[in-house]
Amino acid sequence: MVAKRKKKYSVGEGAQFMTRKAALKKLQLSLNDFRRLCILKGIYPREPRNRKRAQKGHTGIKTLYHVKDIQFLMHEPLIHNLRDTKVFNKKVARAKAVKDKTKLHQYLENHPTMPLDNIVKERYPTFIDALKDLDDCLTLCFLFSTFPSLAHVPRDQSALCRRLTMEFLHCIIETKALRKVFVSIKGYYYQAEIKGETITWIVPHQFAFEPQHKAEVDFKIMSTFVEFYTFLLGFVNYKLYHDFNLFYPPKFNNMVQNQNDQALVDEAAFLSERVLALNFPISKSNDVFEEDVNIDDFVSEGDSEEKIAEAKKEAERIRKLKTLFKGLKFFLNREVPREPLVFAIRCFGGEVSWDKTLFVGSTFDENDESITHQIVDRPSMPNQFISRYYIQPQWIFDSINARDLLPVNKYFMGEILPPHLSPFNDPERDQQYIPPEERALYDPTLLEQQHKKDQEAINKGDDEVEEDEAKEVDEDAKEVTTKSKLSVTKGEVYKEVPWEKSRQEKQEYRLREKMVKKKHKKLYKSMMEGKEKRAKEIWLLRKKRRLHDEKQAGEKTIKEGKSVQKKKY
Amino acid sequence: MGKPKKAAKRPFKAEIDKLEINVQKKLDAVEEESDSDYEEVDIDQPKFLQDLKVNEDDSSDSDAEIEASEEDEDHESAEEQSQEDNDDVSSDSEEEGENDGKIQKAESSSKNTKTTQKKSLVKLTRPMSSENGANSTLTNRQNEEVSANESSSEEEDEDEYKEYDTSDEEDIRCTEGNINKAWLADFKHLGYDWDGKKVIKPDTGDRLDEFLKRMEDPDFWRTVKDPQTGQNVILSDEDVELIKRIRGQQIPEKEFEEYAPWIEWFSSQVEQMPIRNFPEHKRSFLPSKDEAKKVSKLVHALKMGWIKTREEQAKLRKKKEPTFYMLWKNEDDPKVRGIHKHIPAPKRLLPGHAESYNPPPEYLFDAKEMKEWNKLKNAPWKRKHHFIPEKYDSLRKVPAYPRFIKERFLRCLDLYLCPRAIKMKLNIEPESLVPKLPSPRDLQPFPTTLAIQYKGHTDMVRAISTDHTGQYLLSGSDDCTIKIWEVHTGRCLKTIPCVGIVRSVEWCPNHDLTLVLVAAGNEILIINPGVGDFVKKSKTDSVLSLEPNQTDSIVSERVKSTVQWCLPDQELYKTGLRIQLKAFKMVSQVTWHGKGDYFGAVIPDGQSRSVLISQLSKRKSQLPFTKSKGLVQCIKFHPKKPFLFVATQRHVRIYDLLKQTQIKKLMTNSKWISTMDVHPMGNNLLVGTYDRKMLWFDLDLSRKPYQTLRLHGTAVRGVAYHKRYPLFASGSDDRSLIISHGMVYNDLLQNPLIVPLKRLQDHQPFNDFGILGVHFHPFQPWVFSCGADSTIMLYSN
Repeated sequence: MVAKRKKKYSVGEGAQFMTRKAALKKLQLSLNDFRRLCILKGIYPREPRNRKRAQKGHTGIKTLYHVKDIQFLMHEPLIHNLRDTKVFNKKVARAKAVKDKTKLHQYLENHPTMPLDNIVKERYPTFIDALKDLDDCLTLCFLFSTFPSLAHVPRDQSALCRRLTMEFLHCIIETKALRKVFVSIKGYYYQAEIKGETITWIVPHQFAFEPQHKAEVDFKIMSTFVEFYTFLLGFVNYKLYHDFNLFYPPKFNNMVQNQNDQALVDEAAFLSERVLALNFPISKSNDVFEEDVNIDDFVSEGDSEEKIAEAKKEAERIRKLKTLFKGLKFFLNREVPREPLVFAIRCFGGEVSWDKTLFVGSTFDENDESITHQIVDRPSMPNQFISRYYIQPQWIFDSINARDLLPVNKYFMGEILPPHLSPFNDPERDQQYIPPEERALYDPTLLEQQHKKDQEAINKGDDEVEEDEAKEVDEDAKEVTTKSKLSVTKGEVYKEVPWEKSRQEKQEYRLREKMVKKKHKKLYKSMMEGKEKRAKEIWLLRKKRRLHDEKQAGEKTIKEGKSVQKKKY
Repeated sequence: MGKPKKAAKRPFKAEIDKLEINVQKKLDAVEEESDSDYEEVDIDQPKFLQDLKVNEDDSSDSDAEIEASEEDEDHESAEEQSQEDNDDVSSDSEEEGENDGKIQKAESSSKNTKTTQKKSLVKLTRPMSSENGANSTLTNRQNEEVSANESSSEEEDEDEYKEYDTSDEEDIRCTEGNINKAWLADFKHLGYDWDGKKVIKPDTGDRLDEFLKRMEDPDFWRTVKDPQTGQNVILSDEDVELIKRIRGQQIPEKEFEEYAPWIEWFSSQVEQMPIRNFPEHKRSFLPSKDEAKKVSKLVHALKMGWIKTREEQAKLRKKKEPTFYMLWKNEDDPKVRGIHKHIPAPKRLLPGHAESYNPPPEYLFDAKEMKEWNKLKNAPWKRKHHFIPEKYDSLRKVPAYPRFIKERFLRCLDLYLCPRAIKMKLNIEPESLVPKLPSPRDLQPFPTTLAIQYKGHTDMVRAISTDHTGQYLLSGSDDCTIKIWEVHTGRCLKTIPCVGIVRSVEWCPNHDLTLVLVAAGNEILIINPGVGDFVKKSKTDSVLSLEPNQTDSIVSERVKSTVQWCLPDQELYKTGLRIQLKAFKMVSQVTWHGKGDYFGAVIPDGQSRSVLISQLSKRKSQLPFTKSKGLVQCIKFHPKKPFLFVATQRHVRIYDLLKQTQIKKLMTNSKWISTMDVHPMGNNLLVGTYDRKMLWFDLDLSRKPYQTLRLHGTAVRGVAYHKRYPLFASGSDDRSLIISHGMVYNDLLQNPLIVPLKRLQDHQPFNDFGILGVHFHPFQPWVFSCGADSTIMLYSN
């Protein structure tokens, strides 16, 4: 008897994957519903090791899902919910068509909702998991909080996003978890550290919303993401507030409305406005929250001395950073973006206020004499107080990134600002260009040197004349010496050409390079190409910088020359 | 709505004093009525009329009418009221007497203008319901009544009707009704007149007429087509003015005073007298059945939960809002099922300095980079950044990033649509891939510097060889000569002309003989070069002069047709030629056996006769192979054993000459072998190929190459082992000579060590050829190379 032949693709990679079409058929869902389900459940296609085998012999590229993922979806109660929604939509459409207002109203009142809390728990079994995946969530929520009402997007989504993101910011402020800020052309990058996880998010600049072409952006998809993310962010907020002993719907300690206001303003609206202002500390349920722990307590045997010392130093630096603006009082001018600055200042213990008419929640007036810094973004101001610095907003961000209060003189009103550098660059990585400003950050002595150089360059202009004269004298002297006829040629000392050795080594290396195994040859080649490319990039940047500096120095000398001339006249 | 009323009330200002008493009375009456009166919004027309009639009887009560009209919010009523006002006023003035006639006149004139305003307004809002129409007719009737009663005001009324047509009926000839005009577009008629006859469309003329009209007629611009009659109508100046005002969103009437002072008629002051004084209708005391029905319906709906109160609605809304609670209460719930082999999405790269709103100046694009950016419009993934770095000198000037939404959207797409896989990332330096080899400095001596150049040939030098003393160098060239050089001085000792291109030369390894073997054209020449020890020279000659007895051996026909042994004539003998083997085709290579008695030759086009082995002592040749195994490139004798290496185009075969069997077939994996050399120990073989490779075969190890060396950039044409030092060299068409260390250990377990040592490149290029032959000095670490530039070079350590 002949054994039954095994069918192809019934085991191994061929049986592990499923095309999207097959998945739709199996789940009995429309593509839209499937997409929604995938987004909510966090299911994604997989890249097989061997595509042809995974596609059961079909060539071309298909979207492949893992069979287990689809089985996982099959047991999801959300599918029933999606089917309910489908039925609901049909009912509503019918009621609309026959103009049965009462029914329509009745249906719309009881539209099916999707509880997603189980899914949040399922996707992020621990709180740390949720924190790890918070980057995209925050960025998208911050973006959506700036949106107007759109077609295909639930009406209250943007308001909900706004509320949740603001609550999150409050939490960051209370825990002083912010570490880095970067103002890019895209928006404000913030990096915070919560429970040892670094979370980075982007807040767009003002007026971020722009109508998009239909083919370019599908707001429906984004809205589905936001639907899940709002749940996630809400639960994360709750947990954070709870862990740091705060009341979850944020409350304010000593916030009493005026008698007049109480009559006029709704309590909830009043509170939410204060939340948006970001300027009031939210009340704690318990004041004994202290996070500081000595690193010594946790030293395990595996850590080396250096590492411990490094960690200690870092902890000390962060402790200092948390109270960076403590005792400083800031006043924001009207033209300065309020939200990012208030957030940044309050995260580091500063006090801040703004014009009463700009937004609710200003705590002190411009005339307050105790203000230490006024943040302005205009070239000049008619009335200035002597008791305070008038600085540009970049000072705040640069100070935070430098983890120290920078000297304000470069950031005064109307000054040309020094470049704003990204704090996310890793100085340890090799083969990367480090601009001189950044290098000066790591090593302040360099900056002084540069200053000296600049000074010298300026002084040179004056010295040149003297040098010329000196040269002439030298030449005269030389002529005298050459005139004497008695000449003895000195024996030349054999000098080793300095680059000869390196040249030889290079040549040897080049020969050795050819002995790379065939297996690694392509890899080696591509790696070397990458290296070369990076080197070229660095060279180019350095050259551009040099040219720029030279140009600027030239302009400077010309200017000074002019001023000198003026003095003379 | 408010303005006309205001205007209407103005004339009363003068009369207020007179009317005061009446008003007081009225107000008292009104006061008694509750506020609920005002809530009755719609006062039925007949009732209103009744009131009016009542009022006319005692004509002093003008205020009550105004009150009524105030409640009725209609243009029509406004108009009506104004007319009433006119009448009343005039009657009032009559009653009061003639003494203030002057005032009256002035007032009446002003009234006229006001009424006209009303009318124009009415005209503008012409599309009216039938009810309104009825109203207007009613008021007309009323007006007539009034005019009949009071003759003095008649004149004014007549005046009104002369100037303005109050009816909204126009000259309607067509009675097609309210139908779409487009339906009649294809017919000749516009509609039907009162008698039911067709109204034919007037002749409109063609385009040309229209054009001429446009050119000639100064009034063309103000000519409009009347859709009712189809005839052209020229708008009058007034019409044009009216249209202009309407289009300018002004009030159509020019004379209308927009900013007339406001009379606050119904002020907050509490009057003594009611404004109106008529009894409440009975209906207002009875509960409304209709309303009761409505209320019961609502109550039922509330009971059934179909409609919700506000509190309930708020509660429901709150229920639908996501409520957050402590989700991660006990962190280690084991039963939660997650995604199978979950791969978390990678995070986005963090921004560098270039993305800053105020980057260092070197990050900004210059013109060249900008050009590159624009060039890669269709391949944006090739760009250096995905954005153009920009510099803003202050934060307030930074605009929103236009691609922000798009970028977030793409990220969303990536998250749910991008296939994920775990990719191992190599985190190594490329240098670590380069094998660790001993430094060349530790492997000295080896040739490093160019010592001597041997110049004299006029064409490519194809082959070189040295004698066993290392004193003399033999070279064969394309200029059909062989030359003998003194190695140390570079002097050319002898030049021997040959019949054809010299492709291969080799010095006899037998130390007692001074003989060289030369492959020139179709011939194999055995030459006594006549250099070196005199005794050896003469001995060689004497050995060669001995004729072996040919009788005992029979030369087969096959061999005879391949090669013929000849003795040279006197002249050639003088040049040194001793024996001449004439082959039937071109000979490409000759090689001695280690003992110096046998020698082999390759006739590449000879098919099965391409390998020839000859014995010098017996002056005899044989063809070892009966069958061609491919294009023979090169043959070599094993230095110690009776083995023959034959390199065909793609394989190297090793034959045992005694047993006459093939021992091994080496696979080279290359397309075309050019040359080979056998290690002096005999266990290793170096093969050079035209496809740029050099193959090191360890015969004990495998039939596949032990190592493939890709040291050269082009075809390898010469390879050689050093007899004593662990060195080998290779020359190729890229003019480079590469010296390598090739240590072969006696220990069988240790593989040979190969280290490239030095690359020497001194030959000149010639017709894309570089180095053609490589040869080592027999005992010094020196190497000779001959090149297509017709020079020979000696490199010493």
